Amino acid sequence: MDRIPILKLGRALLVTIQVDMHDRLATALEEDLSAKIVASGAQGVVIDISGLDLVDSFMGRMLDNIAAVSRMLDAETVVVGMRPAVAITLVELGLELSGVKTALNVERGMALIQSRLLQTRLEAVEIGDDGL
Amino acid sequence: MSDGTARLSAWLERHEMEILASWTKNLKEAGGHGSGKIRDAELDAQCRSFLAALRDGLASDGATEIDGEGFASVRDLLSDMSQSRALQGFSPSETATFVLLLKDPLYRLVQSEMASDPTAALNQTWVLSSLLDKLGLFTTEAYQRSREEVIVRQQQEIAELSTPVVKLWDGVLALPLIGILDSTRTQVVMENLLQAIVDQAADIAIIDITGVPTVDTLVAQHLLKTIAAARLMGADCIISGIRPQIAQTMVHLGVELSVVSKASLADAFSLALRRTGRTVSTLKSPV
Repeated sequence: MDRIPILKLGRALLVTIQVDMHDRLATALEEDLSAKIVASGAQGVVIDISGLDLVDSFMGRMLDNIAAVSRMLDAETVVVGMRPAVAITLVELGLELSGVKTALNVERGMALIQSRLLQTRLEAVEIGDDGL
Repeated sequence: MSDGTARLSAWLERHEMEILASWTKNLKEAGGHGSGKIRDAELDAQCRSFLAALRDGLASDGATEIDGEGFASVRDLLSDMSQSRALQGFSPSETATFVLLLKDPLYRLVQSEMASDPTAALNQTWVLSSLLDKLGLFTTEAYQRSREEVIVRQQQEIAELSTPVVKLWDGVLALPLIGILDSTRTQVVMENLLQAIVDQAADIAIIDITGVPTVDTLVAQHLLKTIAAARLMGADCIISGIRPQIAQTMVHLGVELSVVSKASLADAFSLALRRTGRTVSTLKSPV
């Protein structure tokens, strides 16, 4: 079965969805991603869905799930590159993905995660931790 | 071709000048030229060509059916006329009067030609009357149709005009909303905004509702949908221009916009600049 590749970039993971998502692929991604977060200790996940032009309620829920799981494993999820038509569909379906951060493209999504890393590091310095 | 209508056609040809004179006189008295909206000469020309077309129609087969082939030119003539009159601002009755006032001269014609046989004259009058009524209705329908076309076109123009997305700065968009937000307009607004966000790689969109006359629960819901869609694309929204009365109504209705809102577009813009890491400062000496 096909798998969606998960790339590690610094302390973030990058998932680029370029094929039509079917339900099994989505479930597999959820499993792989949670395993990879734990294995790599990543602090952020960027999911690029710019290649996706069809979305249904299952996909919406899956994105929400991935975000919830990642948050539990101390990683922030950023969904990037959503197309206007997809955004409108999700809103009409009532799925506003309130647990997920969003950004226009991969670059900005990465910047968002970098700024979060920076912030936690600063907080760590304030309380006298060594920043790891 | 029935005898009656063929006879009428022949009479029309013979007495054309009298009929025209009496008809145009009636029309001018009854305001059939729309109190000067078209010139007398134009009205005369229209009357003449209509009478000629009617004569041909009457001489053709199935002469009392105005849907028939024989009346094609009459129908074209009336459609064109109704259309131009609708655009010139004629009222529906002024437009229909054009055909209906032809009754008077034609009745008199029938009466004088068939004075010896009142029963036949009555029948002939009846045929004529129903024919002219049908033509009158046709005129009104054509008038109505062209008015509706005008309305549809104007609606489209308004829809196009009403949803501009303006670039205020790099990455900052403004969407000044004017007029009532219904679901159709929200859809257009949403699509335009999202496309602009992609095109200009915007971080922040300011939705200015100074021009929205009322905000009820439905409008608020439409606004929230737009904001949610923009957020999914990675852009933050700021609402500005909520007028005092509207703010009060919204609170009384229990409508809550859980987004950043600013009183004026200027305030919203300055917040947007701050969020994108910019600031506006005053020069020490004006340039």
